[in-house]
Amino acid sequence: MRRFLLPLVVFAVLVGFLAVGLRLNPREVPSPFIGKPAPAFRVSQLGAADQTISPDDMRGKVWLLNVWASWCVSCRQEHPVLLDLARHHVVPIVGLDYKDERDAGQAWLAERGDPYAVSAWDRDGKVGIDYGVYGVPETFVIDKAGVIRMKHIGPVTDEVIKEKIVPLVKELNGA
Amino acid sequence: MVRKLLFVFWLSVAAAGLAQAGEAAPVAEDQAVEARVQKLSEELRCLVCQNQNLADSHAELAADLKNQVRDMLKRGQSEKEVIDFMVQRYGDFVLYRPPVKSTTWLLWGGPFGLFAGGLGILFVKLNRRRKDAGTPLSAEERVVAAGLLDGEGKEGA
Repeated sequence: MRRFLLPLVVFAVLVGFLAVGLRLNPREVPSPFIGKPAPAFRVSQLGAADQTISPDDMRGKVWLLNVWASWCVSCRQEHPVLLDLARHHVVPIVGLDYKDERDAGQAWLAERGDPYAVSAWDRDGKVGIDYGVYGVPETFVIDKAGVIRMKHIGPVTDEVIKEKIVPLVKELNGA
Repeated sequence: MVRKLLFVFWLSVAAAGLAQAGEAAPVAEDQAVEARVQKLSEELRCLVCQNQNLADSHAELAADLKNQVRDMLKRGQSEKEVIDFMVQRYGDFVLYRPPVKSTTWLLWGGPFGLFAGGLGILFVKLNRRRKDAGTPLSAEERVVAAGLLDGEGKEGA
């Protein structure tokens, strides 16, 4: 019997590694931004070309930065969730319209509703690069001091809102 | 008339040559930058298609990041500054060659550890086999062995 022990142990270890490996999501690259100040930018607003928006404008508030685009398919899936969140006035959401045409972005919001307090227009994707964006949508939770506390990659779902974002926002607002 | 036409022809040939000569310098400089962009792009991972580097990938983000690399190099920034810029934004994951640090010791050392372990097992096994070969058969074992050999002989016949 003893000669079967070693292969069995090796097999069990292998199964353990594979079980953990299968549960990991390779799309979720750990963000180096958690706990770091949100990168600065100042770009024109999507809705008003003559006005600008910057993270500095949100200083003193807990807020979400949601990267979206009119060409992004997953954003359609996420949009109702954001609209619902905005309706409850839990936290202001700032949009970042990433690599999009101004007309297309405005039309998209007009058609589907606008959950954003304001949307920044990132025509050439430079702001996106500064935030390490590699797939739209992405959502950042930023605290009163302008520090990034959480990053969610991919469409925000009701579960993510309920279990992660809302508790975090409450905690940050309480502190 | 023919002479005049010939003159115009040679003039235009000369002009074309001059025009090319004027453009040659920036092209050469671009090629130098381009070579550096290419080299750096091979070191950086495309975040969209994760098993490709920036040089191989046709994703839009890869093109943007390549442009970013090109802009930075043209501005006179060093390779290290470009790498730092990318790591700051995308983390160590963006590097095709992960850095050696406490969290990656297993990654770098693991294969060598496995190799050493394999060598150890091989050594122990070989040693044991040599020891076994050294001990002569006992009287009982000889009887068993002889029985087996005889049996084989009968079957063969």
